[in-house]
Amino acid sequence: MTAAPLRPALHVPSGLPGLDPRLSHVLAVDVPGVALGAGVPTWHYLDTGPELAARGVEPVGTVLAVHGNPTWSYLWRDLLTASLDAAAAGAPAWRVVAVDQLDMGWSARTGRLRTLPERVADLDAFTRTLDLTGPVVALGHDWGGVVASGWAVDHPDQLAGLALLNTAVAHPDGEPIPAPLRAATAGPVLRLATSTTRAFLETTLALAHPPLVREVADAYRAPYRYADERHGIEGFVADIPGYDAHPSSPELRRIAAGVAALDVPAALLWGARDPVFRDRYLDDLLDRLPHARVHRFAGAGHLVAEDVDWAGPLLTWLREDLGQRDAASEPERAAQDAPLWAALDARADDAGPAVLDMAAPGGSRTVSWRLLARQVRRIAAGLHTLGVRPGDRVSLLVQPGPTLTALVYACLRIGAVVVVADAGLGARGLTRAQQGAQPDWVIGQAKGLTAARALGWPGVRIAADPLHPRLRRALGVTHTLVDVADLGRDEVLPPEPAGDDEAAILFTSGSTGPAKGVVYTHAQLTAMRDVLAAHLDIGPDTGLVTGFAPFALLGPAFGTRSVTPVMDVSAPRTLTARAVADAVRASDATVVFLSPAAVLNVVATAGDLDADDRAALGRVRTFLSAGAPVGEAMLASAAALMPAATAHTPYGMTECLLVTDITLDGIRAAATAPDAGVCVGRPVGPGEVLVSALDADGAATGEPSAAPGVLGEVLVRAPHLKQRYDRLWLTDRAAERDTPPGRWHRTGDVGHLDADGRLWIEGRLAHVLVTADGALAPVGPEQHVERVDAVRRAAVVGVGPRGVQQTVAVLETHDPARRAGPAPSDLAAEVRAASPVPLAAVLVVPRMPTDVRHNSKIDRTRLAAWAERVLSGGRVGTP
Amino acid sequence: MTVLVTGASGLLGGAVARLLVERGHDVRTLQRRPSGVAGATDVAGSVTDPDVVAAALDGADAVVHLAARVSLAGPPAEFDTVNVGGTAVLLDAAERAGVRRFVQVSSPSVAHGGTSLVGVGAGTADPAHARGDYARTKAAAELLALDRDRGAEGMAVVAVRPHLVWGPGDTQLVERVLDRARRGRLPLLDHGAALIDTLYVDNAATGIAAALDRAPDVHGRAYVLTNGEPRTVGDLLVGICRAGGVRPPTWRVPAGLARAAGGLVEAAWRLRPGTDEPPMTRFLAEQLSTAHWFDQRRTRADLRWTPEVGLDEGFARLAAHYGGSAA
Repeated sequence: MTAAPLRPALHVPSGLPGLDPRLSHVLAVDVPGVALGAGVPTWHYLDTGPELAARGVEPVGTVLAVHGNPTWSYLWRDLLTASLDAAAAGAPAWRVVAVDQLDMGWSARTGRLRTLPERVADLDAFTRTLDLTGPVVALGHDWGGVVASGWAVDHPDQLAGLALLNTAVAHPDGEPIPAPLRAATAGPVLRLATSTTRAFLETTLALAHPPLVREVADAYRAPYRYADERHGIEGFVADIPGYDAHPSSPELRRIAAGVAALDVPAALLWGARDPVFRDRYLDDLLDRLPHARVHRFAGAGHLVAEDVDWAGPLLTWLREDLGQRDAASEPERAAQDAPLWAALDARADDAGPAVLDMAAPGGSRTVSWRLLARQVRRIAAGLHTLGVRPGDRVSLLVQPGPTLTALVYACLRIGAVVVVADAGLGARGLTRAQQGAQPDWVIGQAKGLTAARALGWPGVRIAADPLHPRLRRALGVTHTLVDVADLGRDEVLPPEPAGDDEAAILFTSGSTGPAKGVVYTHAQLTAMRDVLAAHLDIGPDTGLVTGFAPFALLGPAFGTRSVTPVMDVSAPRTLTARAVADAVRASDATVVFLSPAAVLNVVATAGDLDADDRAALGRVRTFLSAGAPVGEAMLASAAALMPAATAHTPYGMTECLLVTDITLDGIRAAATAPDAGVCVGRPVGPGEVLVSALDADGAATGEPSAAPGVLGEVLVRAPHLKQRYDRLWLTDRAAERDTPPGRWHRTGDVGHLDADGRLWIEGRLAHVLVTADGALAPVGPEQHVERVDAVRRAAVVGVGPRGVQQTVAVLETHDPARRAGPAPSDLAAEVRAASPVPLAAVLVVPRMPTDVRHNSKIDRTRLAAWAERVLSGGRVGTP
Repeated sequence: MTVLVTGASGLLGGAVARLLVERGHDVRTLQRRPSGVAGATDVAGSVTDPDVVAAALDGADAVVHLAARVSLAGPPAEFDTVNVGGTAVLLDAAERAGVRRFVQVSSPSVAHGGTSLVGVGAGTADPAHARGDYARTKAAAELLALDRDRGAEGMAVVAVRPHLVWGPGDTQLVERVLDRARRGRLPLLDHGAALIDTLYVDNAATGIAAALDRAPDVHGRAYVLTNGEPRTVGDLLVGICRAGGVRPPTWRVPAGLARAAGGLVEAAWRLRPGTDEPPMTRFLAEQLSTAHWFDQRRTRADLRWTPEVGLDEGFARLAAHYGGSAA
């Protein structure tokens, strides 16, 4: 590159939004080996140190922040402000020193390309010249993350922590460098894109979600106005070690290895929508820093520091994880008494049926305990031989059936983490889930593998079914399950995972934002099994008919035979009453699990049952409908087909699958109570429920308590509660906010306990209205409105600003409205008369918007936004 | 105390004067026609006439100023003369007469343009952005009045902004609606779905009386007064029509079209001699197609006032008056 004109460092101009120019400083740093005619290069940096000193505040340590390319220390302004505010509020003060790297921002233009090893040395020279002492937390973004990590690795005595925003210290195995950068680093394009024009700068600034306000974008542009100010941008891009022979590659490898050896607290704040530093780089960092606090912001991108409030969370991390450091205690590695596969081991020689799949495409199929145990063992050993390691994530894109059952237990046995993202999330939700969870392996059938290929889901692909070689190649499949099982035929199994090891990741329905991964350990899944078995009296001899195919996975864990009736396993609504009777007869089962959709169709097809069918159903002792609430009438109709059975309908969520349970008799008893909401019964087994009262602003700020009649957010504690959310540290914190000692979870549901200890659910916290009269949960009024004959479903939503919201009822009628809009005045009058709260308006819609997974959770947030528009005089349209 | 009520021949002015008489005040009224308020002393004349006003204020302790030109159309100068000029005359005279409390009855339209108002506060009067001559001149008048506020030690001025006052005998809203509906000239704009808060006349009277009581403590401020029960335009029109025994409107007109047409009609009406009201003005089209409801928390807390007559009770009283049905 041609020599650029030299220029010393400058102070920032005043008037840049969010940056106090008094924090701007300049320092001359003698860099060994850099002899410059113009003297030693000068650095520009932002520093809160002098300000803290002026206030007489002694910092507990320093955050050394390093920007990437093509930004400058302006990126960190919110941390400077927030840290000063926190110090002023009496919190332990962290000094923040944010440098502009040489040739970047307002630092000197040195006139030559600087390589990664030089930049790491530059920063070392800078901190020595600044005489930076005491504990230091290194913080970096983009390629500044590499330089900050380099500093971290080189200063083990001073290093107190490492925090990184969208960056990479290595290219994951065999990955080429990100395509957008590949283009930028290619020969003549480089100069044109980076120096001559502002393309690289502008492209980066355009990555913000939402777009940067003009003043902020201008602040980023300010030090890069002219081509000769932008040589640093060019140099940075040219220095990206995209191939092994690149001069900076050895330094990058050194830093990557060093990071993996760090044991200081670490934090990773990540924008998921970064086209360059994609999730695989986060995955790589997590492999190196497995103890890191990580939050993946689903809506944020490369400029995560501009997209979300990150400074607050970073200060929280500094306060909590760097406050007092306890020596990390080694987790207990005790093997479990009765792991999920215990029955498979115990019955490995049992020729009796373990899995009856009456829904199998080629007709009914029976798998004995012996065969299942052998398959599980071989697949487990085969996967292990193939390289699947404890903690590896395995995404299973396989239809429910014996193959899925064998795969799940095989993965669990070798400590692989099963990723279960069901089709109910929709293609887009599934893709987001797969990208977020970053499975190392994907085992799927043709359909799932096609999606994985087409949508670019990560993971080494294994076909669950035999595939034509051409299709195998097309789908990028490297192994088939048959080969895997063969591979494991004579191999020994690895040691069993411990109770604390992670076992599975389930996904929330995504009805309240992007689907969240929920992590369970082995101990938690085992506890779940034990609680269910004890509560529903399931034993080796009871058998289990599963009208919702995924329940069939539970059979081997319970140690009892499971049978899937004839149905389309991907569509529970295809289950008929006769198919259930056939399944009960075939397995002699006394326990029946159904989903709400299945219950609906079973009741609808009850007329086809003959006397023999009815006799078979008469032997059922326990019947459970799980997934979403079913009404008393529907449950009663189903129970009438199984007169000897106790009908259960449990309440739970992805984070705690079983919280409370209520029987049909319990529902009938509750019907006479005056309480608002849906009675979901009492906590099951060792589970506990508390309520955190809503305040006048509708926030759940109350001290969690079991006091009856108090409306608030429902808190749950149970041994089978989730471990945590996946890569959502801040969401974890929010769910555990202000909870009593022990592992508690804020469910986001609102309701109350009654004097008999029963829980009543009154809606979602996010759907609570705040009227001039205070907080109002929607379900109570909805129940009253739904008593009006014409009304099929009702949703109560608020319009207007919180605090003065007006209450609006949105109706779906039995005789569907032709178009959405205000309800006919007679219906509106009837609904108003039925409602316990004043209604500003009554609207009708042809169909309620609902979630994909259950088709039952009404999207009240969407309805509220629609009602707001309509009732402001806007276009009616459809919600 | 001795209270001068201007504009007492109107629905609201009359209700205020009657309430104040009922509460034992010495009530004088000032308007061109007889007020018809039993127990009050009528002074005949215009608020724009300084001599009449001075005479009416002789010995008065308080003023409730309601007199205004409230039409939806007409020559702009008339609005200025009555609404701005009249208020200025009254303020001057009140100050000279040693009046201690001055309640300026204003309108929410003084602070808001043609946009939707969804749970908003009162805001500051803004003549430059007000829509239509009525709102513009009322905004200027409110600013004039609040500017004369001298607090509890001098003349305490408070502005109240009742929103869409209605009740039996109301010629501004109720009878206009009934008349148009009867003639088939009342459309629903869009789907008539905009939420609008209104104020039953008796509540308006108690609200204004509350402002008079509380003036020494809440002076210098403006308060929107409503029932706090927003309803869709459609629901309100149906309620009024039923109470009036008239078939409610069923035909719909796009709001955009009505606004454009309203503007045209308004212009045409200005060129035309005659005193009747245009069938649709831009202001009316906006009023009937955008949301208008307010945050009443400050009003209720500061004035220590809550509306006593709910919407349903109001419709029942309307039905009793017009012989329609209440539901």
